[in-house]
Amino acid sequence: MVEFFGETLFTYAVVPLVKIIAAIIVVLTIIAYTTFAERKILGFLQVRTGPNRVGPWGLFQPIADVAKLLGKEDVIPNRAVKWAYVLAPCLVVGPALLILSVIPYGPPSAEGTIPSWFITDVNAGLLLVVAIASIGVYGLILGGWASNNKFSMLGGLRAAAQMISYEVPQGFSLIVPVLMAGTLSLVGIVEAQLTQGRWFIFGFFPFGLLAFFIYFVAGVAESNRNPFDLPEAESELVAGFHTEYSGMRFALFFLGEYANMIVISAVAVTMFLGGWLRPFPSVGWLSFLNLAFLPAGLAGFLWFLIKLLSFLFVYIWFRGTFPRYRFDQLMDLGWKWLIPTALLSVVATALWKVLI
Amino acid sequence: MEFLLVNGPGLLFYLFAALAVLSAILVVSLRNPMYSAFALLVSFLAVAALFFLLHAEFLAVVQIFVYGGGIMVLFLFVIMLVNLHRIQEAEIYGMQWPAALLLAVMLIGLVSWVVARVQFSPANLAPATLVSVDGEVVGNVQAVAWQLFQQYLLPFEIASLFLLVAMIGAVVLARKD
Repeated sequence: MVEFFGETLFTYAVVPLVKIIAAIIVVLTIIAYTTFAERKILGFLQVRTGPNRVGPWGLFQPIADVAKLLGKEDVIPNRAVKWAYVLAPCLVVGPALLILSVIPYGPPSAEGTIPSWFITDVNAGLLLVVAIASIGVYGLILGGWASNNKFSMLGGLRAAAQMISYEVPQGFSLIVPVLMAGTLSLVGIVEAQLTQGRWFIFGFFPFGLLAFFIYFVAGVAESNRNPFDLPEAESELVAGFHTEYSGMRFALFFLGEYANMIVISAVAVTMFLGGWLRPFPSVGWLSFLNLAFLPAGLAGFLWFLIKLLSFLFVYIWFRGTFPRYRFDQLMDLGWKWLIPTALLSVVATALWKVLI
Repeated sequence: MEFLLVNGPGLLFYLFAALAVLSAILVVSLRNPMYSAFALLVSFLAVAALFFLLHAEFLAVVQIFVYGGGIMVLFLFVIMLVNLHRIQEAEIYGMQWPAALLLAVMLIGLVSWVVARVQFSPANLAPATLVSVDGEVVGNVQAVAWQLFQQYLLPFEIASLFLLVAMIGAVVLARKD
């Protein structure tokens, strides 16, 4: 039996591989049906039907979409920088999927039972998430620059400025739950919410709530969604950084955007909404919400999934509700409102924790 | 299989070290500033990988976050915004070559002095992670934090003061009135 750093082949390689593949398949399915849900919900919000032709209630629409995109011609502009043009979509999708490896989808296992509901638990987990997410912007910049098109270029520039600006309030707002938990490990943060008996969104009221609000607004901006989708503003920039992209390469940009939405929602759920915990984890008479009749861990995963999907719904709701910001308004909001408020809540939480 | 398991960290060290040096050379030898910026990014990430190999998780992640995600994006932003070809033609650095030569010679001297003293191979393939504070085992991040805020508090504060000075200086320079 070959030893892999003190573990057997099965626990060192096979179990994590199966988990990784399962996570990617589940997330890709969620992405496919988020696009469908988006069109249906937008249809509902705008008093029309939405897609309803392919399959019952239009349920096979995502499959038809993918088939269409795969069948399209893959155009690379003549004067584009080819290696960068090809690399850019991968740089958007790769980091987003990489972050899935540290998200805790469910509780850790007791000794000797089924494997835990996360791929790995890193000591610097949250920092890793923020660091990898910050690499994702290169896809947008590179794609915008390599297309050799003025609209793409402007879209790439906007993406760079926007992502840099909103990374700051996002990072600051994440410090608040870290201060409450006293650890950077994502599993540790959820467990701290269990032992303290409350979701961190309700912790140190109102600073937990404030930090959550800032995180989510900054997250919407980081994933380039309405009302902050200026890098691809179609009324000004045709389609922004992906103007020249077609077929499956365009689909990869699209996939990356949705994967980023899921990652940002998953981090929000973990940091502020108790991850796999049920609502009000300290209230005794609500313990039937633990769903103890389900196999170990599955109830936690279900709670996680419910919270995650509600976030995705809010994203779509935003898109149907808010008009797009102007670029100077976007910068004003980020630098003059979100960053000072985030700093204030960090300082206030730290003082509260030290003094009280 | 045995060979890979035993020598894996060493092989990875040489891979990423070579990548870091190669991309650093490309930064100064490529003509297009955009390519140089991306070579610099690769160099930063390779150094982050070296930190990971040395079990310095915190340092590695911060390297990716600050240099990879922050500083290089700003570089690219400026390069895309400014028309660099025009600046090249103006040769604004033409008058500075004697000073540059002096500095380069001094730098080469310094580097050779360091090279002569340092053993250039992964001397310790699997160094222990810095995880303990006063004998108590905590995470790497916590251990680094204790070091920074207890033993090295004064240098840390002086460094942050320097950054504040630089920031205020930039704001003063950029003011319009």
